[in-house]
Amino acid sequence: MTVLDSKVPEGPIEKKWTKHKNEINLVNPANKRNIDIIVVGTGLAGGSCAATLAELGYNVKTFCFQDSPRRAHSIAAQGGINASKNYQGDGDSDYRLFYDTVKGGDYRSREGNVYRLAEVSSNIIDQCVAQGVPFAREYGGLLDNRSFGGVLVSRTFYAKGQTGQQLLLGAYSAMNRQINRGKIQSFTRHEMMDLVLVDGKARGIIARDLISGEIERHSAHAVVLASGGYGNVFYLSTNAMGSNVTAAWRAHKKGAFFANPCFTQIHPTCIPVSGDLQSKLTLMSESLRNDGRIWVPKHSKDAEAIREGKLKPTELGEEDRDYYLERRYPAFGNLVPRDVASRAAKERCDEGYGVNKTGQAVYLDFKAAIERYGKEKAFISGHKKPGKEEIIKLGEEVIESKYGNLFEMYEKITDQNPYKTPMMIFPAVHYTMGGLWVDYNLMTTIPGCYATGEANFSDHGANRLGASALMQGLADGYFVLPYTIGDYLSDDIRTGSISTDTEEFEKAEKEVKERVQKLFAAKGKNPVDYYHKKLGKIMWDKCGMSRNIKDLKEALEEIKELRDDFWANVKVTGKEGTKNSELEKAGRVADFLELGELFAKDALERNESCGGHFREEYQTEDGEALRDDENYRFVSAWEFVGNPRDAKLHKEELIFENIELKTRSYK
Amino acid sequence: MKLNLKIWRQEDAKDKGGFQNYKVDGIDGDMSFLEMLDVLNNTLVEEGVDPVEFDHDCREGICGSCSLQINGEPHGPDRRVTTCQLHMRKFKDGDDIVIEPFRATAFPVIKDLVIDRSAFDRIQHAGGYISVNTSGNTQDANSIPIEKDNADDSFYAATCIGCGACVAACKNASAMLFTAAKVSQFALLPQGEVEAHERVLSMVNQMDKEGFGNCTNTGACEIECPKGISLENIARLNREYLGASFSG
Repeated sequence: MTVLDSKVPEGPIEKKWTKHKNEINLVNPANKRNIDIIVVGTGLAGGSCAATLAELGYNVKTFCFQDSPRRAHSIAAQGGINASKNYQGDGDSDYRLFYDTVKGGDYRSREGNVYRLAEVSSNIIDQCVAQGVPFAREYGGLLDNRSFGGVLVSRTFYAKGQTGQQLLLGAYSAMNRQINRGKIQSFTRHEMMDLVLVDGKARGIIARDLISGEIERHSAHAVVLASGGYGNVFYLSTNAMGSNVTAAWRAHKKGAFFANPCFTQIHPTCIPVSGDLQSKLTLMSESLRNDGRIWVPKHSKDAEAIREGKLKPTELGEEDRDYYLERRYPAFGNLVPRDVASRAAKERCDEGYGVNKTGQAVYLDFKAAIERYGKEKAFISGHKKPGKEEIIKLGEEVIESKYGNLFEMYEKITDQNPYKTPMMIFPAVHYTMGGLWVDYNLMTTIPGCYATGEANFSDHGANRLGASALMQGLADGYFVLPYTIGDYLSDDIRTGSISTDTEEFEKAEKEVKERVQKLFAAKGKNPVDYYHKKLGKIMWDKCGMSRNIKDLKEALEEIKELRDDFWANVKVTGKEGTKNSELEKAGRVADFLELGELFAKDALERNESCGGHFREEYQTEDGEALRDDENYRFVSAWEFVGNPRDAKLHKEELIFENIELKTRSYK
Repeated sequence: MKLNLKIWRQEDAKDKGGFQNYKVDGIDGDMSFLEMLDVLNNTLVEEGVDPVEFDHDCREGICGSCSLQINGEPHGPDRRVTTCQLHMRKFKDGDDIVIEPFRATAFPVIKDLVIDRSAFDRIQHAGGYISVNTSGNTQDANSIPIEKDNADDSFYAATCIGCGACVAACKNASAMLFTAAKVSQFALLPQGEVEAHERVLSMVNQMDKEGFGNCTNTGACEIECPKGISLENIARLNREYLGASFSG
């Protein structure tokens, strides 16, 4: 085991980033023209980074498996993006955003990175507005804000329930400008199959053209992986169907350490699972917790009656409801962080108070908010004594203006009207805090290979706060990586273009082709989805919202057995030289089957509970996570050495100089 | 429920293609249309038949990947939904369902139900942006107040997901609603005004080059648009275009 150097600069926290920018090497504009950079993934992190690098003068090639960069899954982010603008005058500051993020992450993130994130957050909003991102505004024409979980200020900027879409279209428009200038070559319907190293440095990728099936070589002076998270290892998640770990996992197998793989975010407000053939889960934005109150029946007999369809939630009086978040966490109430809200829902359902047919759901109720807003609106419009019906009508209008598209989405999926009856929600896999280990410059342990956005691990610790993913993706892409990458590339100004006609590319291409052949060769009996679903079930049951030593040990064995069975018996139809989505899925599931094992090992070896990682053996008397700062105040960065379970542990000690380590409390 | 499917199969862009009949069983009303196709595909794989290729990704109606002409309508019989949000409760046991790719010269078929919509990307490359550097040295976001109604209209235009249903719904295969949405988003904001003339001319020029048809104001695009993008945007595009043409 070695101790990893995070390369966080010395000095006071608020000066570190400025000092670092002043001291790192730069590449002059004329030389940038001779340097090529590959960016894999075109979501917020990849799109913003590609646009900025191209604007600085580098030659950029982007790769995405979708048919357009604009379809990357950042597009589905709903609620908002945080920034410490303090437009509401409620006492917000860079320090508070930094503090909330470190605390929210249960003290398992790196102080230096998080402070920098808070520091550039305001710039992101300025940048996006300048690009024409239509954020929500107040009647005075200024930007509006709302609150998200785990904080006591309103710092979230939003565009209805489509903030991710609007921000991604902003980054995509910045890309378009560079594509039009010829500075970005955009490769769509292409999948990265492997990373190519020359003399120990990342110098290119092998990609598959998903239409022709051709295996291509692409070289560059540096490779940026902005390929997102690995939540689909659970099969059912809020991720897009195509979201995968392949790019990151290929880099891991070539030497990039994988950090904290077991840190997964289970989001508390998703639409519950409805059937066995379901392919994905849909998120209901956390912003709904601003106005929705979460509850289950106080008495188990009522819960039972509801499950059997004999009782309606609207028939249950206030005194018979248990607003369990407000009861357990009076200070934060319904706006506790996601990990806390998810576990609390699971606890109630495990105790028999769950509400839909399966017993795996709780209510998110807007009745109180509708009445409150209705009264307010009636008052403003001069009706000092409005009737009940009028209040409800006006209140529903306000709720519609805030969350209209989410309510519509809910109704389309469930066929129930959430204005009239409470929504049913349940936690689902949403985001992965773990990812490729990177230093302060966002470089992985492979020189020249960078990771940004959800693909890296650094900023969210063991739990990400709402509206922080968009902030991190854009911070990395617009404002961090474009500076830090220059420090590395300044050594490459005389290198000249990298040839793909070398042994290293030859070998990597051959391996990729052999792997494709091996997938076809299995000619077994089970479709790819069969394995993906089985893997997902193991992960959810044994590595999910709460974990224990026995389950994790079983998971390690079961995943390995499943992987062996996959390679012997998977059935991949179709041909190689054509569009073949079964083959695409097979390659991705093969990598998930390896990652899953490392995930279980990481969870098994972290003998503490923190954030989204809840080990049943380590909890307080009232069921809260019990951290062990003495023995586990570090990042687990795993080195691939053969089998995932044999991965070698490297530690990065986490140093807290600006925030005192405390037991996280939202009570 | 049991369903009879008639699905367009086409090996690649050169193949002539044709319909094939399939039957699926055990379909539940709570399943999405694409989950129904998953069931079919898994059966086909088990039988050793190549599954039906179709585009999809987010499965929550926002990425714009899914398409499909279902019983003659883009994204099927329901309104304001994409195919991934269309639920099987909209169909009855024993129904016949015809599934084709979106049809337009500018959207060639890649395979089966997968089409090439890169023409939309090229329209946006031509001018779908505001020329501002991402240096972080822009002015404070609140320094230009924007009237709420304009900000909201810009937002509604910007909710276009680029799926291509407007083109598929149009008898002329026109891309006016798409292009108008993109032009409007920027034209409605002070930030976008500076380059408004050049933008509208380049984007419309590219749209014409891609081989989309002309707009004859039938309004089918607005009805079939899963995001409800309004025809007002086309009127705005026309005004912008005329204005830009005269000012040269």
